[in-house]
Amino acid sequence: MRYAMAIDTKRCVGCSDCVVACQTENNVPTGYCRDWIVEDMAGQYPELHLEIRSERCNHCEDAPCVRCCPTSASHVVEGGVVLVDHDDCIGCKACIASCPYDARFVHPKGYVDKCTFCIHRVREGKKPACVSVCPTHAMIFGDLDDKNSDISKALRTRQHKTLIPEAGTRPHVYYLL
Amino acid sequence: MTKSLNRREFIKIAGIGAGGFAAGASALHAWNPFQIDPTQIASSGIPGVTPTYCEICFWKCAGWVHKKDNEPWKIVGNPDDPHSNGRFCPRGTGGLGAYTDPDRLKTPLIRVEERGKQVFREATWDEAFDYITDKMNLIKEKWGPECVALFTHGSGGDYFKNLIKAYGSNNIAAPSYAQCRGPREEAYVLTFGEAVGSPERTDMQNSKCIVLIGSHIGENMHNGQVQEFTEAVAAGATVITVDPRFSTAASKSKYWLPIKPSTDLALLLAWINVIIEEELYDKDYVEKYTYGFQQLKESVKNNTPEWAYPITTIKPHIIRETAREMAKNAPATIVHPGRHVTWYGDDTQRVRAGAILNALLGSWGRRGGFYSQVKAKVKSPALPPYPKPKKDWKDAFPGKYPLANLAISQGICDATIPSVERDCSFKGWFVYGTNLLMTLPQPKKTLEAIQNLELLVVVDILPAEITGYADVILPECTYLERYDDLRVSAGRVANVALRAPAFEPKYDTKPAYWMARELALRLNLGEYFPYEKIEDYLEYRLKSIGSSLDEMKKLGVKQLPSDQNSLYFLEGEDFEFYTPTGKIELYSTQLANAGFDPIPQYTAHEEPGEGYYRLLYGRAPMHTFGRTANNPNLADLMDENEVWINPKVAKEWGIRHRDYIILENQDGIKSAKIRAKVTERIRHDCVYMVHGFGHSQKQMRRSFNKGANDSDLISKINVDPIMGGTGMRVNFVTFRREVA
Repeated sequence: MRYAMAIDTKRCVGCSDCVVACQTENNVPTGYCRDWIVEDMAGQYPELHLEIRSERCNHCEDAPCVRCCPTSASHVVEGGVVLVDHDDCIGCKACIASCPYDARFVHPKGYVDKCTFCIHRVREGKKPACVSVCPTHAMIFGDLDDKNSDISKALRTRQHKTLIPEAGTRPHVYYLL
Repeated sequence: MTKSLNRREFIKIAGIGAGGFAAGASALHAWNPFQIDPTQIASSGIPGVTPTYCEICFWKCAGWVHKKDNEPWKIVGNPDDPHSNGRFCPRGTGGLGAYTDPDRLKTPLIRVEERGKQVFREATWDEAFDYITDKMNLIKEKWGPECVALFTHGSGGDYFKNLIKAYGSNNIAAPSYAQCRGPREEAYVLTFGEAVGSPERTDMQNSKCIVLIGSHIGENMHNGQVQEFTEAVAAGATVITVDPRFSTAASKSKYWLPIKPSTDLALLLAWINVIIEEELYDKDYVEKYTYGFQQLKESVKNNTPEWAYPITTIKPHIIRETAREMAKNAPATIVHPGRHVTWYGDDTQRVRAGAILNALLGSWGRRGGFYSQVKAKVKSPALPPYPKPKKDWKDAFPGKYPLANLAISQGICDATIPSVERDCSFKGWFVYGTNLLMTLPQPKKTLEAIQNLELLVVVDILPAEITGYADVILPECTYLERYDDLRVSAGRVANVALRAPAFEPKYDTKPAYWMARELALRLNLGEYFPYEKIEDYLEYRLKSIGSSLDEMKKLGVKQLPSDQNSLYFLEGEDFEFYTPTGKIELYSTQLANAGFDPIPQYTAHEEPGEGYYRLLYGRAPMHTFGRTANNPNLADLMDENEVWINPKVAKEWGIRHRDYIILENQDGIKSAKIRAKVTERIRHDCVYMVHGFGHSQKQMRRSFNKGANDSDLISKINVDPIMGGTGMRVNFVTFRREVA
């Protein structure tokens, strides 16, 4: 089982619903977020191209944050989901420095926090909060090892990319182009 | 086609949910296939889950409010709700912030110093009501009840409408008419005999070609509509976006036409010209359903793409190519009617040009164009007849705005300022849920009008700017803390939704229903509010559709059976439109009779002078007007607006990206400081900002002094002579450096 997410940049309008849904679902304090919107503009007027992405922890297959964590607070659970054990985290920020995606932050309570792929929901058979709320159905979550999952189908049929592939971390968040 | 499409759709604006339909309950003969077994609802039966419909914007999506450990947790969409399809937008998802906001109004307040000085004393509800009713009695006696007006936006406004009508006035204005979609509704009524309505009857999910005229779907987060738009985009629909700005929608479009602002009507006429000259129109449809084709053909014969090019800056071959693209996909092509369309003062005519284009393409009443909404029929209890007012706002403007169907907000403002030319001056205002100082253009005029009032009552949740000028402030509890009238929706499926309180009202706040009824009792108008508890009123209405409060608490949304056999015209169906000719009026007999152009004609608008740029404004997906800027969840997503400036312009002025600057308009009015967003995404002759920021009210701590308020800069308006809409994109700004 390998959990992954795909964001359809053709559908995403950058409304930030994923951001606020994550904040309320996971009680993320005001001023912090586990996911965020990036608007990537290219070209010159009037030949323009805009790519809108919802970004978050990439739950990398070769996760530098897990490798560098001195207390093993950063760890991998089922489906390759990368989590932080809040009790074991000493807030040293080594993981923050190692993450190519700037996906982690220090929670006001002192531990490092980030996207969990809403594993608490996934374990109940639900989709992550961001995926379930997205009004434009721009997000797909599922198991890459299941050939019939929506995400496997989307990656088979659609052009896609990952972010900063040169970092070599083998991210599990894909962007459909 | 069903008969219901033939029924005159009166223009309904803002919060008309009460009233319902007195007749027609007999249509509910059979249970519908959509009826949901309450035991199948996942959310029902879970403790701590309450049904609501959202009040953060007018789309009113239905959902469930969840608690965890008895604390507010989250709000999620109801999958049975056609407005949201179970998916809330960021504002609805962040709706809890309206409840948790520590800056909320907490108790009734009575002003003790002059208006605007913001010196109030805390009052009891009794004191507040006594103050108001004393003044209302005085006004009634001295000037007549017609001298009280209501401005309203939102669900609770309906109870105040009932109160004001019972008191003897029909001066009820919604800024959503003359400052927003009024011209659209009038244009469609003039052309097709029916309004577009809200949620719009646009069948975008089935469209193969979507034409957006300045409509920035995706940035305006009208939920169901955004969902349909993205479904169409994903299915490969051709999108043609006409906008001086590379909007989110433009970025999803096959064609982006960066038109010179204020020239849209020229482009529309050129499209009509191409469609007619190249015989691309739906000949059978035009023959069968429309009136005035020959006059139209004659009228637009000179409006060629070559004529439009120097006006619009859109190249002739692009105009032809896009016109052919529309025709190729017709009738599943929709020229979207837009929503906020009060731009230049000839807005009814511009929107009508789009309506005419839709008629030529045969998209009205066709799949992928406009569908016929199934209406919900829910009974309301009978009330005694309202007293007949002796005069209304129109009397203050003899002969003006002949085709306005609703009171116009700025008209009431004007008629509050005493003038030798008129004897009708308003003496009392109720303002429900609308921050007039940011909603209306020309805020100076609004303030002048306010200083002439005997009574200004403001009902709000937040200490919005308008509250600073009130005589009495009545603090309403949020939508999460109250029942309201049912949301009765027309659509592909008629449905009703319930709003029940998830939490007890915080502070000393109360629901609008209770306030309006208490005032009615004190004015001896209690017979207009026969139910002490709103729950009993809701039970009465729900009984008429075979439901109950108990059932609705489990369902949240109930879909109703339909007696309409199709959402579209049937092949070759005869149909009588509710227009004087019974046809779709390409040539408007009503406009001709009233002395206006029966077919839209392009007239050039004033252009910005040297060093000035046209001020455009719009929406951000996570905010609704100015009412969410202080919401902790939503301010977290966007806490200030920016002014979009083309890089070439920015270079000329030495403005760098993210610099704070000040805008100054043609009348020398300066904005608050605002960040520059230097971007290729906008033309060189205009600037753009999101509306709803730049709050000047200190009590709203999160939004105070964040960004700039476009309304301050809208000191000039072009009024639509047909229906009184206020064209607001006629102001020009230049740049000033921030003074430290």
